[in-house]
Amino acid sequence: MKFLLKIKRDARHFQILTLSSLLIFLLLWSDFAPSLLVIILTLSATLVTQFLFFKFLKIPSKDYRSPFITSLSLVLLFKTNIIWFYPLAGVVAMASKFLIRFNKKHIFNPANAGIVLGLLLVPNHVWVSPGQWGNAVWVGFALASFAILVLSKAGRADMALFFLSSWILLLFGRAMWLGDPLSIPIHNLQSGALLIFAFFMISDPMTTPNNRWGRLLFAFTVAVVAYILQYVFQVREAIFYALFIICMTTPVIDLILKDRLYQWSGNNN
Amino acid sequence: MKFLFTLLLLISFLPSQANAFCGFYVAKADASLFNEASKVVMARHDNRTVMTMANDFKGDTKDFAIVIPVPTVIKKSQVNIGDSKIIDHIDSYTAPRLVEYHDSDPCQQIFKREMMAMSMADGAAAPRKLQKSAKKLGVKIEESYTVGEYDILILSAEQSDGLFKWLNQEGYTLPKGADKVLRSYIKQDMKFFVAKANLKEFEKTGYTYLRPLQVAYESEKFMLPVRLGTLNAKGPQDLLLFTLTKNGRVEPTNYRTTKIPTGDEIPTFIADEFGEFYKAMFDKEVKKEKMKTVMLEYAWDMSWCDPCAADPVPNKDLKKMGAWWIDQGYTGKPRPRVAPVQPSPNGTSWPAPQPRIFLPPKGGAVNVFVTRMHVRYTADSFPEDIMLQTTDDRKNFQGRYVMRHPFKPSNKNGAQCEAAGAYYAGLQKRFDKEAKTLAKLTGWDVNEIRTKMEKNGQSFKDLPKGSDNPWWENMWNE
Repeated sequence: MKFLLKIKRDARHFQILTLSSLLIFLLLWSDFAPSLLVIILTLSATLVTQFLFFKFLKIPSKDYRSPFITSLSLVLLFKTNIIWFYPLAGVVAMASKFLIRFNKKHIFNPANAGIVLGLLLVPNHVWVSPGQWGNAVWVGFALASFAILVLSKAGRADMALFFLSSWILLLFGRAMWLGDPLSIPIHNLQSGALLIFAFFMISDPMTTPNNRWGRLLFAFTVAVVAYILQYVFQVREAIFYALFIICMTTPVIDLILKDRLYQWSGNNN
Repeated sequence: MKFLFTLLLLISFLPSQANAFCGFYVAKADASLFNEASKVVMARHDNRTVMTMANDFKGDTKDFAIVIPVPTVIKKSQVNIGDSKIIDHIDSYTAPRLVEYHDSDPCQQIFKREMMAMSMADGAAAPRKLQKSAKKLGVKIEESYTVGEYDILILSAEQSDGLFKWLNQEGYTLPKGADKVLRSYIKQDMKFFVAKANLKEFEKTGYTYLRPLQVAYESEKFMLPVRLGTLNAKGPQDLLLFTLTKNGRVEPTNYRTTKIPTGDEIPTFIADEFGEFYKAMFDKEVKKEKMKTVMLEYAWDMSWCDPCAADPVPNKDLKKMGAWWIDQGYTGKPRPRVAPVQPSPNGTSWPAPQPRIFLPPKGGAVNVFVTRMHVRYTADSFPEDIMLQTTDDRKNFQGRYVMRHPFKPSNKNGAQCEAAGAYYAGLQKRFDKEAKTLAKLTGWDVNEIRTKMEKNGQSFKDLPKGSDNPWWENMWNE
């Protein structure tokens, strides 16, 4: 019971639980799961980077939940044929959190930064496999993710809902416009990568606007940009690029729509 | 009930004029046997795609017609007539393979192996006819030309109704629901590649079948249109997609990829029914995945193979299939590996080992990575066209199954030594495991498998015991 209460204190505990079970599922059932070495390398890279930045920036915190979530997201999404790029992506991801900042907030979601910078800097070695999820895994994952929303009452969980609603709207709108059967947008929604993105990346409270209306605008814009990249420019990693681009507007949105800064409930105690 | 009846009637009355090769259009009646699967080769690098479609049309040549959505207008010089032998070659080269090993005499540690590869390639023949019509129903004939035995039109349209009507007028019989799919493609700014057989030209070619069509184009769209093909298909269709890339494995981004089971040891009678075995196993895998995945059968650097199911595909043929990036001057050829010749054990004569293994050429690799994907699909399980991406994954994968022949001793009592006892005891377990593995892979009855094994030299009962004398006895007796 004590354990449950401890978990409940911070939304990130649920996130770690959900992502880890997803990873275990993939390790057991998928033909293209990351190897244990990849998992260990990525995890240690993010933890060590966080530790070093804490040390050099003299931050007294001992909070290592963020590198955990980041490395889990990375091993689930990021693919490369050069093994050292896995920990490198982890280092880049965590470093971006400490180095690219504005107004007490980091600009990019770490895992997203790791993926997009990898895609941009070494396009011939990095890819994302959005298709690698079985239907059963997807359903379980979706349920767990929604459970997080309800249980954690996380202040910024609305982002996932805002984004998913916008994305659903766009996909169904497209199907209607094309006269396609609805099985196509429904099929498109059944993507594990989309869920990780919605529940663990775009909903990162530190990189999204403080104001609720700002977040709604933010989520909708990400969806629109992703839609254009995906369907007009045929970019397969559209959602990740879209978030990366729109994250740069957060400081502006925060300046216009002023609101209080988010605090992780179990943070820095 | 009445509704069902109408539906059946409708299907049976649909003429099969507009017939598909490569499953883009209308399924063949018996498309569920995948040795008649449609074959498509796609070579892709940057935004350049070369698509080669094997023509498996089996009806009368004059009835042959296809409609394929393409991302851009295709000019005459972008169309080529391919060589079906090259497609068959890459098919047999990448096909799932059976490997054969012979156990050596357990009393002499000599390693023997022999290899046998089987493929499930299948030749094909085909037909059709064509008339042009300038009639316009909002349909624009962007290009019109004849290449080889094909009359080709590239169409663009504003409305699907017009295109649907025009195609019908021109004698293309479209399945019900085609107008909706056409409309979707039109709105996505796709063009239509329409081909019919030109009988006069066909006679000139001297061939008895229609040769593959090849198109080269530049587009960011890297996808395989399958939607039209599912419309009046009577059941699931099979498609073999071969991709050639510079970087690595190709994978669908909107469907899951699963690997076909590989590396298992199976009973030796499978040598005579490898096709049946693979078909049964594939069926079972498809069922397990609810027909929702793309099966990976082969992913390998084209420079070498081990074991090779066929001779390597020459560079000039890879180029003909669209691997334009291969250097002009590149002459590297995979080198056959010669296995060291072993002395025959125990005086028994063994066939000379002929392992078909090719090592990478000395001058560097050929820089072509081949992926073989096998898809079984229906409109329900694959509602959307298959969107593809090239990854940089160069990990090798092949569907490979192993047969191990037990050692055949020259005398009746089997090999006689201490090791032999253990060998024969292990053999019993191995046979049992092989039977179970085969049953698990194919869903076949395990008792039937055992019976077949019994008849095929893998007896469970009549195994010699070998000698189980303690080691000291052998020592004093010698």
